[in-house]
Amino acid sequence: MITFIFFLRRIAFSSVTLFVASIVIFAIIQILPGDPAQLILGMNAQADTLAALREQMGLNAPFYSRYFEWVLGIMVGDFGTSYTYSVPVSELILERLWISLPLAVMALSLSTLIAIPAGVIAASRHNKWPDVSIMGFTQLGIAIPNFWFAMLLVLVFAIKLQWMPAGGFAGWDAGIGAGILSLTLPAIALALPQASILARIMRSALLDVLAEDYMRTARAKGLTERMTLWRHGVRNAFIPVLTILGLQFSFLIAGTIIIENIFYLPGLGRLIFQAIAQRDLIVLQGLVLLLVAAVIFINLLVDAAYAMVDPRIKRAYHE
Amino acid sequence: MSEFDFQGERETWGDLGRKALRNRSFFIGALITGSVLFMALLSFFWTPFDVTALDIPNKLHWPDAVNWLGTDHFGRDVFSMLMVGARNSIAVAIVAVSIGMAIGVPLGAAAAASRSWGSDVIMRTNDFIFAFPSLLLAVLFTAIFGPSAINAMIAIGIFNIPVFARLAHGGSLALWQREFILSAQTSGKSRVRITVEHIMPNLLNILIVQGTIQFSLGILIEAGLSYLGLGTQPPDPSWGKMLSEAQTMMYFASYLAIFPGIAIVFAVLGLNLLGDGLRDIFDPKLRRGR
Amino acid sequence: MSLLEIKNLCLSFGDIEILRDIDLTIEAGEAVGLVGESGSGKSITSLAAMRLLPPSAKLTGEILFDGRDLLALGENDMCRLRGRDMAMIFQEPMTALNPVKSIGDQIAEGLRFHLGISRRAAEDKVLRLLDEVGLPPARFSPHRYPHELSGGQRQRVVIAIAIAMNPKLLIADEPTTALDVTTQAVILDLLRELAAEHDSALLLITHDLAVVAQMVDRIAVMKDGEIVERGKTLEFFRDMQHPYSKKLLAASKVKPKTVSEIKPSDKPLMAVKDLTRQYRLPRQNLFAPSRYLKAVNDVSFQIEAGESVGLVGESGCGKSTLARTLLALNKPTTGKIEFLGDDLFRLSRHALLEKRRNMQVVFQDPYGSFNPRHKVGRLVAEPLQLVKNISKLGRNERVAEALMHVGLKAEDADKYPHEFSGGQRQRIAIARAIITRPKLIVADEPVSALDVSIREQVLDLLNELSVEQGLAYLFISHDLHVVRAVTDRVLVMYQGQIVEHGATASVFDDPQHEYTKKLLAATPDLQATLQRLEKERV
Repeated sequence: MITFIFFLRRIAFSSVTLFVASIVIFAIIQILPGDPAQLILGMNAQADTLAALREQMGLNAPFYSRYFEWVLGIMVGDFGTSYTYSVPVSELILERLWISLPLAVMALSLSTLIAIPAGVIAASRHNKWPDVSIMGFTQLGIAIPNFWFAMLLVLVFAIKLQWMPAGGFAGWDAGIGAGILSLTLPAIALALPQASILARIMRSALLDVLAEDYMRTARAKGLTERMTLWRHGVRNAFIPVLTILGLQFSFLIAGTIIIENIFYLPGLGRLIFQAIAQRDLIVLQGLVLLLVAAVIFINLLVDAAYAMVDPRIKRAYHE
Repeated sequence: MSEFDFQGERETWGDLGRKALRNRSFFIGALITGSVLFMALLSFFWTPFDVTALDIPNKLHWPDAVNWLGTDHFGRDVFSMLMVGARNSIAVAIVAVSIGMAIGVPLGAAAAASRSWGSDVIMRTNDFIFAFPSLLLAVLFTAIFGPSAINAMIAIGIFNIPVFARLAHGGSLALWQREFILSAQTSGKSRVRITVEHIMPNLLNILIVQGTIQFSLGILIEAGLSYLGLGTQPPDPSWGKMLSEAQTMMYFASYLAIFPGIAIVFAVLGLNLLGDGLRDIFDPKLRRGR
Repeated sequence: MSLLEIKNLCLSFGDIEILRDIDLTIEAGEAVGLVGESGSGKSITSLAAMRLLPPSAKLTGEILFDGRDLLALGENDMCRLRGRDMAMIFQEPMTALNPVKSIGDQIAEGLRFHLGISRRAAEDKVLRLLDEVGLPPARFSPHRYPHELSGGQRQRVVIAIAIAMNPKLLIADEPTTALDVTTQAVILDLLRELAAEHDSALLLITHDLAVVAQMVDRIAVMKDGEIVERGKTLEFFRDMQHPYSKKLLAASKVKPKTVSEIKPSDKPLMAVKDLTRQYRLPRQNLFAPSRYLKAVNDVSFQIEAGESVGLVGESGCGKSTLARTLLALNKPTTGKIEFLGDDLFRLSRHALLEKRRNMQVVFQDPYGSFNPRHKVGRLVAEPLQLVKNISKLGRNERVAEALMHVGLKAEDADKYPHEFSGGQRQRIAIARAIITRPKLIVADEPVSALDVSIREQVLDLLNELSVEQGLAYLFISHDLHVVRAVTDRVLVMYQGQIVEHGATASVFDDPQHEYTKKLLAATPDLQATLQRLEKERV
């Protein structure tokens, strides 16, 4: 029962957050710039073109009715129509989701697969050479901007060695293997900095746990060092790591904007960038709201996972 | 949270200085950061070549004794551009950190001191901004208000506010539980005065450490924005812009894609090491770092 | 052959020598006490026997267990020994259990490891163990998590883990120090019974002579990494040789305060009337009505000028909330506090400052009560801002005077608090409290964080100051001995209410309320234990 209420509250809180986010996004894009039509067409636009666009975008209506129209439309899947492409925004998004989503999943799994073992090794060999060298690598990994790392990958694997395509995406129709191959370098570029951060967090969380009294209790029971590490240490250290995994997702989303550009991948990130370049505000606001919703949803999932791993959480929430 | 475990010990500046000299992270970090700062300052007075002068006949020279790091497609000296670029990166990051600290710290400390519904509002708003992907919104912000270094500063600064507010809030709350704060209250000191006299000085350490980390993040985000063409505008050279220009020329002038990246890594690495070192020096309990 | 034989054990970390030539034997089934103050090396000795010290610890000498030299044993053999033949109970029940595993899993873990049985097969044994340590499975399901249990209940789980394999040796490291006295009494009984039932030898590590006397056959006293004296319990107390043992004993004896004759007046220093302070509890669900916890529930009492009043109660009884409300740091929900004739919560800010000048505080933690960035002079002078028209010179004089009153030197004003020991810091805290020449000092567990040998000096100081300056105290403590040593009257607090009050001597000698009786009975009494031992001997 308490668990159920806990989730109800989380969902309610997330909905409110999303609602506020939609207002903020709408305000930033539609109200702050003054006249969106002017922003789209630029300073030198003809008065009658402006008027026509205002009419088309419904800008003559008061802003609150424009807001509700937008939000209500989204609820039934209607994100409006793109100004530059003249196609429904939902269609644009759906098409490109099939690149961005696999890319994000690949990057996140790659980063987790590298980071967790690295963090565990570093913590269990604290201050010995494995720890020192892993920490050195992660220090470097955090400092490298992902777009530069992407360029280096292209330079080495696409230009010099010619193992992989330097960019572009032929579409999934051309074969899953080819698709995955063209997503590999971008996924690596996205994963490296995330993996570095995650490995450091895993390490420090595990070191904190290793210093806990209950680790000594476990050893006093007779458990070997290795058993204690895995059964009590890694499992408990995972709790703070989960939170970071949620945060990483939002970094990943931001990362795709740049990475998809470098590799000319027609994904959501590139769509955002194009929408900005072409001042396609309708695409932009729908897309940003969608990404924010994704972040909120992922955080909700993290909370759920959290409550499952840590029995204290339900009570802590009530105290 | 161990982050907010304040030690009962106080060290003199002499102790801290000795620890600083022995701390390798701090030493290397300070050296790197110092040299980046030096280059940036030097660029105001002297650069090997004028970065605004175009020298087309001399374009795309690979590194040699004259142009240490080569020239770009307009024949500008890459080393000189990196020096001036450092200036931009640092300026953006400093202003962004200052905005975050100047607004975030008082908000967080006030929320911890008052503990009324107002503080709830402040901290909820904070969580809300914190949940957004910061680069995404910085992109949005600069896209709407026009791409420029100033707007990049403001955009990055806004997303520093919740970072510092959270830190100040958590740290202050932990301190408000401490008995020396209660003693100060029985001495008749007001909450404002206690915040200024007791809370702030004890928060200084963690704020400095976080400041260096946000500084390095600021450099990374500025580079990203400039790379997308949303940060520093031409003709001012910036590291991110140099990389995006180099991308189209990677097949024949790969050196153009290498050096600006190294500059970014150098600056960010230096600041991160400095931050780690400072954390060790201020608080031995957090030696393990993150 | 003895069960455990420690010979010439030396231990060092780097250049720092921790233990020197420790010799200690424990026979099968015997109970031995290892007594010492914090930092004496007693816990390290037990961890060395379990081989649970970090690898940086350098050990020399011999630790023979059942004839096998543990220092020569490989880690795998050691693992088979730990938990099966020798088990350990730790001081902090709140952190000794893994918060994300159920208590049943944690008890079963050792069984499954040593016996190689399945979770299902261990289940029956877990239920029996829970029952054995007084957690009947009908009420305490093995599926519960540690955070759902109280401190005493968690310590029972730790004990269940320790006795699971019928170990030959049970090491208990300050097993009840973190618990309330009433809980301490039942846990000690349980420990004694279980050790007897399972035929386990017991090594009890403690700082408390009264506890150790009722638990063990032989005693060894440790100081600075060495065993300074040892003997059979009764002989040890009858015929103590080493000055350190004598000091410990003297410090643990109660010297009741010479009671000052103060009659209740109609103009008391402080009058608390029907005071209630409640907190809102979190709601059970979205629609449930708010529930409240009355941390302080309808409390009334008076403190006369110059009188020392004790407030006794166990953790969570509301005594600290009461203290903070008296100091006007919290507002009461209902009721009032009159101090020097005025209701504290109806005063202007300015008038309240004048009251604060007459009412100061000393807290428990000698480390937490100072801003680590300020020098002692500035710390002690802080309350002086409540005194009007005082010059810089006057300030310094007052600081020097206050420091000298508490037995420190005027020059100490220029040092930082971390340059002082715990006892000295508590003196500094007292200096800060008396600097405004107040009429009342609220002392919240002022000696609880101090070692026994230092405790006495601080209590003496408080008594002297009271006589010299006509100070009244509200002395809050969970420790009955301490209260007896410094108070004229005592209030007993239980679940937010004052259940008994009266002259200290009469409450102690002839308690009326059930709770007070229970509290007194649970408090370990060294003299009574020794008398019982004498009788048993005859």
